[in-house]
Amino acid sequence: MKNLTPLSRLLIALSTLLMVAAYFVPLWQILMWAPQYPEGLEMKIWINNITGDVKIISALNHYIGMRHIEVSMFPEFQYMIYIVGALIGVGLVTSFINRRSMVVIYTVLIVACGIGALVDFYMWGYDYGHNLDPTAPIVVPGMSYQPPLIGTKQLLNFTAFSGPDIGGWIFMAAGLLAVGTLGYEFYLSRKKS
Amino acid sequence: MKTKANFFQLLLILIGSAIVFNSCKPKGPADVAMGDAASKVYVAPGKYDEFYNFVSGGFNGQMSVYGIPSGRLFRIIPAFSVNPESGYGFSEETKPMLNTSHGFVPWDDLHHPALSTTKGEHDGRWVFGNANNTPRVARISLKTFRTEEIIELPNSGGNHSSPFITENTEYVVAGTRFSVPMGNKDVPISSYKENFKGSISFIKVDPQTGRLSIAFQLRTPGFNYDLSRAGKGPSHGWFFFSCYNTEQAYTLLEVNASQKDKDFIMAVNWKKAEEYLAQGKGKKEKTRYAHNVYDEKTHSATSTIEEEVTILDVLELPDIVYFIPCPKSPHGCDVDPSGEYIVGSGKLAAVMPVFSFSKIQAAIANKDYESDFSGIPVLKYESALHGEVKKPGLGPLHTEFDEKGNAYTSFFVSSEIVKWNVKTLEVLDRVPTYYSIGHLSVPGGPTAKPHGKYVIAYNKITKDRYLPTGPELTQSAQLYDISGDKMRLLLDFPTTGEPHYAEAIPASLVQPNSVKFYKIEENQHPYAAKGEGQARVERKGNQVHVYMTAIRSHLTPDNIEGVKVGDEVYFHVTNLEQDWDVPHGFAIRGATNAEILIMPGETQTLKYKPEATGVIPFYCTDFCSALHQEMSGYLRVSPAGSNTPLKFSTGVIESPSPGAGR
Repeated sequence: MKNLTPLSRLLIALSTLLMVAAYFVPLWQILMWAPQYPEGLEMKIWINNITGDVKIISALNHYIGMRHIEVSMFPEFQYMIYIVGALIGVGLVTSFINRRSMVVIYTVLIVACGIGALVDFYMWGYDYGHNLDPTAPIVVPGMSYQPPLIGTKQLLNFTAFSGPDIGGWIFMAAGLLAVGTLGYEFYLSRKKS
Repeated sequence: MKTKANFFQLLLILIGSAIVFNSCKPKGPADVAMGDAASKVYVAPGKYDEFYNFVSGGFNGQMSVYGIPSGRLFRIIPAFSVNPESGYGFSEETKPMLNTSHGFVPWDDLHHPALSTTKGEHDGRWVFGNANNTPRVARISLKTFRTEEIIELPNSGGNHSSPFITENTEYVVAGTRFSVPMGNKDVPISSYKENFKGSISFIKVDPQTGRLSIAFQLRTPGFNYDLSRAGKGPSHGWFFFSCYNTEQAYTLLEVNASQKDKDFIMAVNWKKAEEYLAQGKGKKEKTRYAHNVYDEKTHSATSTIEEEVTILDVLELPDIVYFIPCPKSPHGCDVDPSGEYIVGSGKLAAVMPVFSFSKIQAAIANKDYESDFSGIPVLKYESALHGEVKKPGLGPLHTEFDEKGNAYTSFFVSSEIVKWNVKTLEVLDRVPTYYSIGHLSVPGGPTAKPHGKYVIAYNKITKDRYLPTGPELTQSAQLYDISGDKMRLLLDFPTTGEPHYAEAIPASLVQPNSVKFYKIEENQHPYAAKGEGQARVERKGNQVHVYMTAIRSHLTPDNIEGVKVGDEVYFHVTNLEQDWDVPHGFAIRGATNAEILIMPGETQTLKYKPEATGVIPFYCTDFCSALHQEMSGYLRVSPAGSNTPLKFSTGVIESPSPGAGR
């Protein structure tokens, strides 16, 4: 059992504390522009909520048969607070019990959570964009409206952008700190041996 | 040969002198804007104007909103006239706005806008307007650009010296142009001197809500009260009114009211009037006037008939009113930004007197009176005078001010704007207007803090300035640059109605407060349907109430049966949208009133009385969406006494016949 350097413990603690921000700021954002919406429409995804111009987006999307976006569509909102809570717990334990193996576990967990969230978001987007009401006023043959995972995509008259919001960036910083700490510890152990 | 040469020489001289002679002839008004005028008024597509210009519509009874410097028209706000385009005065909710003690009055003549002020400066809360014919004052919100309140003025005839406001919008005043017998008494017209009186109403403005109430009326001698301005700074607490027809003529006024060398500017110490009021010196009199208020939450107006007004008689209560002699039927009566100088514009006078507030105070303190009028002191002209502007032009009307100590006066007869220095009274520049300017406007010009930059002329005649449109031509305004020493014409722009007077205000004071839509959860209209689940039809005797919703792109319900000939159908349409610039409209075939436009979150009601059986289409009139043409429905009207059951639906296909539905 190898101990951690004080710096590594500090970095892991920092990474953990950063994740607390996830409860207070939006994690992800979807922005949309159209000729009629030069000021843009926005949708903010929080750890347990969706805010922004959700009603307006839903009203517009009903023309092409997309469902109304409701918080109840996302079971994730029920348990995301616990997952992030657990991650924070593991992080705190890691910096406290001072074992290199725990850094590995923490880093794997945080990266896995990030990837898991993206996969989950992609699957929701696929369903939301493909599972359309066949009696919708506007049916464009072959057209689906899956929002972009990350980046920009043209959907009929709308340009949609999807990307991390403040919380997402903070989360990534937390992950990078974990990965960096792991790398640093690895480097130290190889130097000694 | 020689004679031939002489002949040619002669011909050349002749042609030459003809050219010279012709060029000496006075030029017509062909002057055009010079140099880079176009770039100074060009507001690129998608960019905003620097100023809002609130322009009264004169005889159209409305207030229009233009951008300056572009001169583009943004909006016409209905105030005293019905507007079938929006349903103002036609919808059940807005009809009470035009109620008066005479009943429903669908038209009036709106002469003067007045923007609310705090400490003498524009604050961007409200714009007031006067109804000249059936005396009233309206308050328009600058958040919604809608008329929120109208108050009628008893004992008044021709509400012209109105609505001018005190420094902190404590009061809006309304002076009667025509003196009339009090209490609508039946008396001979020839008993003018004996029976006719003037009325100056002081309308209190609630500083928070803007609610209007007549605090008191000054009962004044019987002649004509034309225009007015409040004092500011040192003269705060005073009000100045121009008066004409001190001859007290009641027929052929153009001759009989132009006999005296001097009429009056009436100085009113309204703080003194307030003291008398507090001491209980006011007399309550029975009268009748309407007070109409529009509620933004219920989206409905209510009209109340008030039955009492408090009178302060200036003949009985000394020290409220003093007269200052002013040459020849004064029209404009304007107070400079410092509050020290009062400009009287005798519309038939050769000079323009500028009075000094401090001198007026000294004259009153020293009882420096030349005479009295029905017991009211008349100050000595010279004692009140700061000086006269000599040979300013012909027919001075109105004066506004810039931030540099200059005044700009309009001259109707000589059709020009004259710039002069308020302190030195020296004429600095003059420019022609096309033609016969009435009021003029400098942004912030009547306030303690003018913004300068432009002066806008509001003309009475356009003649050859635009493409002709038959005998009735467009009315117009003209924009002049006043940033330099010389005034320069930049732009002519046509206006709706008669652009009588206007005020301009920096866009930054208004734009950020503009409401985008009404919140549906705050809608307290008794007939609102705040969701499609609440849409329904209810019968109460022969009244049928349709609680209808509108959202892109359908009306709910859109199939209604069970209405009978003789019923009164009320379509209460709630716009469920919660997005900017998505109004819906509603119209039904054969409705004898108008359409209604419903803003997002709002409820409006159109009354419809079917006169014959049939299936009547109705539809959304405001092009709202890609499927706007689909936004429609049917009302089935059955014979009176029939037993067609009342029913309503949306999206229900009852008995699919070939080719119908899916």
